[in-house]
Amino acid sequence: MLKVEAIIQPAKLDAVKEALIEAGIDGMTILEARGHGRQKGHSEFYRGREYTIDLLPKVKIEMVVNDDMKEKVVEAILRTARTGHIGDGKIFISRVDDAIRIRNDERGETAI
Amino acid sequence: MCRRAFMPLILLVSLGLPTGALAVAPALGPSPPATQAQVAALEQAVRDAQSAGDNAWVLVSATLVLLMTAPGLTLFYGGLVRRKNILGTMMQSFAMMGLITVLWALVGYSLAFGAGNGFIGGFEHAFLRGVGLSPNPNYGGTIPEQTFMVYQLMFAIITPALITGAFAERVKFSSMAVFLSLWSLLVYCPMAHMIWGVGGVLNVAGGRWPVLDFAGGTVVHITSGVAALVCALYLGKRAGYPHENMPPHSMVLSFIGAALLWFGWFGFNAGSALNAGPLATSAFINTQFAAAAGAIGWVISEWLQNGKPTALGAISGAVAGLATVTQASGFVQPMSALGIGLVAGIVCSFMVFKIKRYFGYDDSLDAFGVHGVGGTIGALLTGLLASGAINAAFGKDATGKPIATGAIGGNWHQVVNQAVGIGTGWSLAILGTLLLLFAVDKTIGLRVSAADEAEGLDLSQHGEEGYDFNG
Repeated sequence: MLKVEAIIQPAKLDAVKEALIEAGIDGMTILEARGHGRQKGHSEFYRGREYTIDLLPKVKIEMVVNDDMKEKVVEAILRTARTGHIGDGKIFISRVDDAIRIRNDERGETAI
Repeated sequence: MCRRAFMPLILLVSLGLPTGALAVAPALGPSPPATQAQVAALEQAVRDAQSAGDNAWVLVSATLVLLMTAPGLTLFYGGLVRRKNILGTMMQSFAMMGLITVLWALVGYSLAFGAGNGFIGGFEHAFLRGVGLSPNPNYGGTIPEQTFMVYQLMFAIITPALITGAFAERVKFSSMAVFLSLWSLLVYCPMAHMIWGVGGVLNVAGGRWPVLDFAGGTVVHITSGVAALVCALYLGKRAGYPHENMPPHSMVLSFIGAALLWFGWFGFNAGSALNAGPLATSAFINTQFAAAAGAIGWVISEWLQNGKPTALGAISGAVAGLATVTQASGFVQPMSALGIGLVAGIVCSFMVFKIKRYFGYDDSLDAFGVHGVGGTIGALLTGLLASGAINAAFGKDATGKPIATGAIGGNWHQVVNQAVGIGTGWSLAILGTLLLLFAVDKTIGLRVSAADEAEGLDLSQHGEEGYDFNG
């Protein structure tokens, strides 16, 4: 089982979600996040003084999938989240030791 | 006789006969007592009708001025601070609504508007003794004196509330309550008495240096604005200022607050006519014109300097225009009000962008930059632009022509009088504020602890949170 974490532009959320559901992903968790990579922030004015805002709004999608779904999921995200500009985001993949369905105590791949 | 002459002849006869009858009437002797009683009753009814119109307007104006404190100022200031301090900020203004009302009723009104001496009223009206429902000829001759009293109360409430902008986010609630209550008695009441109270040394009617202050440019804005500067300097900067970015947590709230201030200011200025007549109209128009011109002035100034016109700049400009025209509102021509507003928007924006930054003091919400500076400019401009045609504040001459009030009418000396008023306001505010800051700080301490400042006033002072996004 793999955990896929994708940090994307907030404006791309709807498109990415739809693509993931089409790809067969049933469950995901969406978090509102702030952060930056190499993308510079933007400046704002307050009382004539210019400030740099370097914590930018982002969206993080987390999902746990079967190993054989990895390429499908990554392709869906890359296709819908990419704009070609700095700030598009990143995808991280890690191993998951176990998954448990709280409702009925199912474990392992059937719990995903 | 030709037709053309017929109509004029009819008119002549129909008008001439009764006129002739009237001309004959006096020869019949004085009117009977019944008629005299009727005439007296009619005269009283006319007075009552006039009083009803005036009283209605001043009562409404009182509610408008109270609206300026809450929700006007509470939202305006509240939106400008960080989220963790929203309740603390709003509570400071709200506390004034409670405390100043009680103080005013007990002793404040008497100190401001009682006879007393040239500098302060006495205690003759403590507990509002002698302040009833019949008019006081010195304070709006057609409205009950209690209307005047409650209207003035709203001014007494908002003046200390304005000062809270200077020490936003760093003062203890208890200390603020004590400090501002004492301030209203020690600084506001004397200033109000000197300019508006009977026998005041700066009173337009008979004062040694008659100062034209229609709605409180000096009494309210200069005193509170300068006090704000003194507080900002004495208390020092917020932790992290100016390196840390502390933008408004809700420009939306500030916008609504500023709009309510603009709305309420019609009561502040036009209500100061103390009647519903043409003078109220003049003040109303000047208020609107200056607010608009102020917003435009600040926006243009900011657009040229920083490349973008901010919402904060627009609303600050409107407030600056309003504060500056306050003193002049019932004395100047409408076109003068446009000029006053434009100057206010440009000068106050300059104050806030450049001068404040240069000196480095933390007047968090620009109480001095907008009210202190605006009030001072407004007081001077009143001396220049006051017109006897709008308000014959110094009476009329033998031919019935209004005596010149300001420089444009030829009365250049008025600028000197205005300067005396400004000087008095600045001095009283500086001395009184410093004295009280010292006294309160050395006894109960003014500033919150560093930990409380970091946690925020809402939690540290009130044990509450302004917003619960998880609820």
